[in-house]
Amino acid sequence: MVKQEKEFVNRPDNTAFTQQRLPAWQPMLSAGIIIPGFVLIGLAFIGIGVALFVTSQSIQVLEVDYTGVEQSSPCFKCSDPDVKNCVCKMEFNIDSLFKGPVFFYYGLSNYFQNYRGYGVSKDPNQLSGDLDSFKVPSDSCAPYEYVGKTPIVPCGSVANSMFNDSFKLYQIVSGAKIQVTLDGKGIAWWTDYNVKYRNPSVTPLKNAFNGTVKPTFWSKPAYELDPTDPANNGFINQDFLVWMRRAALPNFRKLYRRITEGDYAKGLPAGNYSLEIAYNYPVLSFDGRKKVVLSNVSWMGGKNEFLGIAYLVIGSMCVVMSIVMLIVYAKFKFPEEE
Amino acid sequence: MLRRRLNRLFGGDERRVESRTINVGHRSGSPNEAIIPPKFCDNRIVSSKYTVWNFLPKNLFEQFRRIANFYFLIIFLVQVIVDTPTSPVTSGLPLFFVITVTAIKQGYEDWLRHKADNEVNKYPVTVLEDGRRIRKESEKIKVGDVVEVEEDETFPCDLILLQSSRDDDTCFVTTASLDGESNHKTHYTVPDTERNLESLNATIECEEPQPDLYKFVGRMHIYTNNQEPAVRSLGPENLLLKGATLKNTQKIYGVAVYSGMETKMALNYQGKSQKRSAVEKSINAFLLVYLCILVSKALVCTTLKYVWQSKPGQDEPWYNEKTQKEKDTNLYLKMFTDFLSFMVLFNFIIPVSMYVTVEMQKFLGSFFITWDKDFFDPEIKEGALVNTSDLNEELGQVEYVFTDKTGTLTQNNMEFIECCIDGFQYKYQDARSELDGFCVTDGPVNKLQQKAGREREELFLRALCLCHTVQVKESPEQAQDQVDGLTDQVDDLEVDGEVPYPSQEQRSFIASSPDEVALVKGAMRYGFTFLGLESKSMKILNRNNGVEMYELLHVLNFDPVRRRMSVIVRSKSGDTLLFCKGADSSIFPRVRQEEVERIRMHVERNATEGYRTLCVAYKCLSAEEYAQADEGLREARLALQNREEKLMAVYNQVETGMSLIGATAVEDRLQEEAAETMEALQGAGMKVWVLTGDKMETAKSTCYACRLFQRNTELLELTVRTLEDGGRRREERLHDLLNEYHKKAVQDAPPAKAGVTRSWSSANQDYGFIIDGATLSMVLNSSSESNSSRYKNLFLQICQNCTAVLCCRMAPLQKAQIVKMVKNSKGSPITLSIGDGANDVSMILEAHVGIGIKGKEGRQAVRNSDYAIPKLKHLKKLLLAHGHLYYVRIAHLVQYFFYKNLCFILPQFLYQFFCGYSQQPLYDAAYLTMYNICFTSMPILAYSLLEQHICIEVLLDNATLYREIAKNATLRWRPFLYWTLLGVFHGLLFFFGVRYLFSNPALQDNGQVFGNWSYGTIVFTVLVFTVTLKLALDTRHWTWINHFVIWGSLAFYVFFSFFWGGIIWPFLSQQRLYFVFANMLSSVSAWLVIILLILLSLLPEILLVVFRKPRGPNARQKELVQSSVGGHQSPRSSARPLLMRTFSDESNTVI
Repeated sequence: MVKQEKEFVNRPDNTAFTQQRLPAWQPMLSAGIIIPGFVLIGLAFIGIGVALFVTSQSIQVLEVDYTGVEQSSPCFKCSDPDVKNCVCKMEFNIDSLFKGPVFFYYGLSNYFQNYRGYGVSKDPNQLSGDLDSFKVPSDSCAPYEYVGKTPIVPCGSVANSMFNDSFKLYQIVSGAKIQVTLDGKGIAWWTDYNVKYRNPSVTPLKNAFNGTVKPTFWSKPAYELDPTDPANNGFINQDFLVWMRRAALPNFRKLYRRITEGDYAKGLPAGNYSLEIAYNYPVLSFDGRKKVVLSNVSWMGGKNEFLGIAYLVIGSMCVVMSIVMLIVYAKFKFPEEE
Repeated sequence: MLRRRLNRLFGGDERRVESRTINVGHRSGSPNEAIIPPKFCDNRIVSSKYTVWNFLPKNLFEQFRRIANFYFLIIFLVQVIVDTPTSPVTSGLPLFFVITVTAIKQGYEDWLRHKADNEVNKYPVTVLEDGRRIRKESEKIKVGDVVEVEEDETFPCDLILLQSSRDDDTCFVTTASLDGESNHKTHYTVPDTERNLESLNATIECEEPQPDLYKFVGRMHIYTNNQEPAVRSLGPENLLLKGATLKNTQKIYGVAVYSGMETKMALNYQGKSQKRSAVEKSINAFLLVYLCILVSKALVCTTLKYVWQSKPGQDEPWYNEKTQKEKDTNLYLKMFTDFLSFMVLFNFIIPVSMYVTVEMQKFLGSFFITWDKDFFDPEIKEGALVNTSDLNEELGQVEYVFTDKTGTLTQNNMEFIECCIDGFQYKYQDARSELDGFCVTDGPVNKLQQKAGREREELFLRALCLCHTVQVKESPEQAQDQVDGLTDQVDDLEVDGEVPYPSQEQRSFIASSPDEVALVKGAMRYGFTFLGLESKSMKILNRNNGVEMYELLHVLNFDPVRRRMSVIVRSKSGDTLLFCKGADSSIFPRVRQEEVERIRMHVERNATEGYRTLCVAYKCLSAEEYAQADEGLREARLALQNREEKLMAVYNQVETGMSLIGATAVEDRLQEEAAETMEALQGAGMKVWVLTGDKMETAKSTCYACRLFQRNTELLELTVRTLEDGGRRREERLHDLLNEYHKKAVQDAPPAKAGVTRSWSSANQDYGFIIDGATLSMVLNSSSESNSSRYKNLFLQICQNCTAVLCCRMAPLQKAQIVKMVKNSKGSPITLSIGDGANDVSMILEAHVGIGIKGKEGRQAVRNSDYAIPKLKHLKKLLLAHGHLYYVRIAHLVQYFFYKNLCFILPQFLYQFFCGYSQQPLYDAAYLTMYNICFTSMPILAYSLLEQHICIEVLLDNATLYREIAKNATLRWRPFLYWTLLGVFHGLLFFFGVRYLFSNPALQDNGQVFGNWSYGTIVFTVLVFTVTLKLALDTRHWTWINHFVIWGSLAFYVFFSFFWGGIIWPFLSQQRLYFVFANMLSSVSAWLVIILLILLSLLPEILLVVFRKPRGPNARQKELVQSSVGGHQSPRSSARPLLMRTFSDESNTVI
């Protein structure tokens, strides 16, 4: 026995793996599986598609373009870049109850937040509250790094170009303007204002910004972005955070406020509304547009017809294909089925 | 004899350009001549490529010559120099890794070569120096050294034989490892050299080394005590070649004339150049296409960028001012750096990891060959050996198989099978072949005396015992007791009770041809034993244990023109007998015709069975006749002019009017399953060429035995013999024959449906082609240049239309020439050479794939081969199963890799249209780097190692399946286009699917919006799942490993994304993906779009599978036929390779 073992010391191991004989499942996609499979997938897709479509149809959206390109627009006067501190009012009308909670978005078009040079122009260390980089911002912030020799905080193009139009929404009830309470909380990702972005741990916050200047485009320094809530200032100001999350495409919308409190939490009743716009943000120079979007959301998010239609189309295609296959196979008497 | 030598010497003088002078034993020739010790190369054999010093630069240079490596180097440099969207580490690290791993692998392989070289170079030899015997390492032998070689040792360098221990100044040598001839050849010492080698004072003048094994001219000047030097001419019979083995001679002394790399053996080697597989060529072609795609993508983006920026307001919107540096840069320089940046951004389309994966697949995959226990041979206790893993897939692409004969197809072990006496067949009991209808008897001779007269039987057996030139091997013990030592090494004699002598002792015969030995042994089986030649008389032990003595009067030697030999003996009773044996064609005209008819059938039947047949005839010579013949022979032998012609005339005159006694059939034992293997190879569509150094007759019968030539095969012969038949100039005859054969085999042949029908099907006449070395060199080196290429073409065309081609009398380099010629012919077919001896090395190196057989003729072939297997029969599994699977695996691997990177990068390209052509990456850097390394690499690697789209048994049973992948079927442009389109389709789908979803980026039920990294992550998630599931769809063989890596990769992707986005990594400057993945998963819409896009991408695939299924009555019939051809298919085989078929059948299946 020992001798025999010695003799076959060179013999390859006789295991399933080395002999390529591992037990294996060899799936067969036969008509018997595929046709019912297609039918099932098709039906499921049609079901989802119907649900999506119906949901999407039920979402109400109201868009108000306030760029002021047309002379008739109330904001035309503000679109001149030389006019400062301009306020214009857009009036609009809601036919039926706009179910709440209503989300208040602003939208920009032809605006390339996804520009690479733009996107990298920020200092992540600054934004996580590192005081060292307050004094010496990262080179990537150029050309918004210094004013003279004073560092800009927050530096970089993204922060500098923060959207600074502000809105007030009024319902006009028999001539009187009732302000709709806009909630500025919960518009940015929770992780952004709780973990990712940090103010320096200096109180008051203002002191941390000593020896720095605000971005050139800003009218207020970072620590005064929200005068109403001291906790909503600095780098964790939610408007700032919403802006800092760069949009994927050149035509985008960002969440501005939610209408979740007060009388309008259930929705905006039918009637006339007036939107008061502090018009600061220039877009005409690059042929952009600005708009305000009011929308409610469902479980699938905002209104999006694409998904529902896609599901319906694919679902019905599956069903049609399975029927075609059925005919083909019936004609050839299921040669594969044995 | 002397004249001939002188002739040769003079002839040589004319041709010789340069010669070398060697002082035997380093003693100066004539005392008055000053010795300038000439410089010759040392006796080292070098097959390694690198040394310690040049390894790094040489290896790096070789590696960067690969276009892929060079490309990655460039990308890396661009990343270092230019401001690019991704960091240099992303491409530098993998490149460094690849280069290092490859360097280590090649270094290791070279180290093995060094080791093997050392084994040869350090082999101890004995050298005579100043009368002392000194042990030296073989590599230290210098030209001029006198070397001692003992029996069964191989010669360490090319030697001129000075002294032999045999009395007759000869020695026996086998050159089996050089030219495949395993018979013993006689070499002669230089005449009149002194017995005392110490005092021998001589110089040798000979030509500079040349590779022809059979040519050597030189002369030796022997100086004796101030006399005029004696001159002896030297020819090939004095030269002992390195690599040959000394046999049957105790020891010899020789002086080294050529050493090391200048020996004839080394000159017959070719440098081992790196072989590239056809798949690698395809990869390079695809790579070029993808490079073009890459460059054009970058060009398109750069152009559009500047077109787009020229619109007012687009170039520098207020929110994105340029830095001072950007403003200062020259416009054209900016364009150029933009172009480079785009290149870098899209460079992932050609991933380094593909090369790593391919290398890994090859390296790991080759273990399955080493591990295969079917390749384990219990005799030599070894399995297969893989020397290069680069060619695994080439094994599945072989179109031409060049095989050596001796030791490869045959065991070079002759065996007496049967004989036929007076038309009655006698078959040895143990013979294995079956008997057929017209066999008269199957018993041993002595039991069937009634069939042929006892007289005739004994006459026949005596003829066998006498008509040969066999010598009995003298070994001391046997010499004492010769009569008792009757048995031979191979056969056991227990069959015949009448054999009186027990078989404990060994007797071996030595002959110039192994079939003579077989005949003598055959006669011994039937009771007649040849005891040896003693003082001109042959001793035979007959059936009745009586010793008969015959005086050997004349031997009429065998020569290939007469194709027969005779002996004239005188028996005790005084009768003078002539026994003649020879090929049927040369005997039949010389005997009485009524005898011929009785035997012809047997002979023909035996010949088609693949046996070597010889006819035996005899004639009683009356005293006058003998006297006449004797006188004629003596006269002719002494003739000074035209001696050979004269001898021939006498021979022909003597060998007439004989009477035919019988015929013999000798089998050159084929290797196990040789015929089956050849049949399988031909069934798989391969053309088998036999290239041998052996004689044509021998080789031809082997071809019959291997069923390379069938009974109905028409042989087209182009040999020296056929050329001389016409009696015209050889050139003309060659021209005519080539044209005639071309007409027959090429023009008249019905146009064969390529790769569909086997040409031996009864409808077609099939042809076998035979050519010999001399004719081949005429074809290749015809006098006029135009003829030469024309002949070559004709020759190739004829050969390509023949089922089998036999090239005999080939020198090793000629074998390589043939391989090269076929290799470079139209369509550049993939060639495979298989052989076992050193004479096969050159063709093993020349062919695309070289296979060595771990045979008896040394390890040269094994060392130089790409794969080594113990037996010929293993070739079948190696090609049909391993080769097929490897090819399918790697082809799929390559296509899949290009596909997955196309649909990886295409969305990133499309994204440029939406981000102002700003080189914004769509995916995070981690995803960009990890995609090919972690997320999608393991499933394809597992697939490419484990996939069996058809299980091994079916592949072995159905040789025709091999044709489905012939001609690089799955890596041609059509499948490549299919995969590319698939990649484009998927890429478009991924990008635009998500694009339309993002028309409203508020995707969560809390109304918050997603940004650009969410966009990229959704696309990336769809991508990873789709490409992995696409592979899952293609997998036909799901082992647990496949399950593990496929589902594991997906799980790992999800886990990694959570992990990567879940922690603020201190080493990262930007936390772009922080909670992006988690947020994505919290959005129902994202889920739905992911599912939608994955399914939408895969549905066409599934549909395609269904529609490509064979269906309808025709397809069904085809399947039935196929399964009946396959014979017993295992139940698993019913799982036809549906998914694979969609790609492998691409080129010849119509939906």
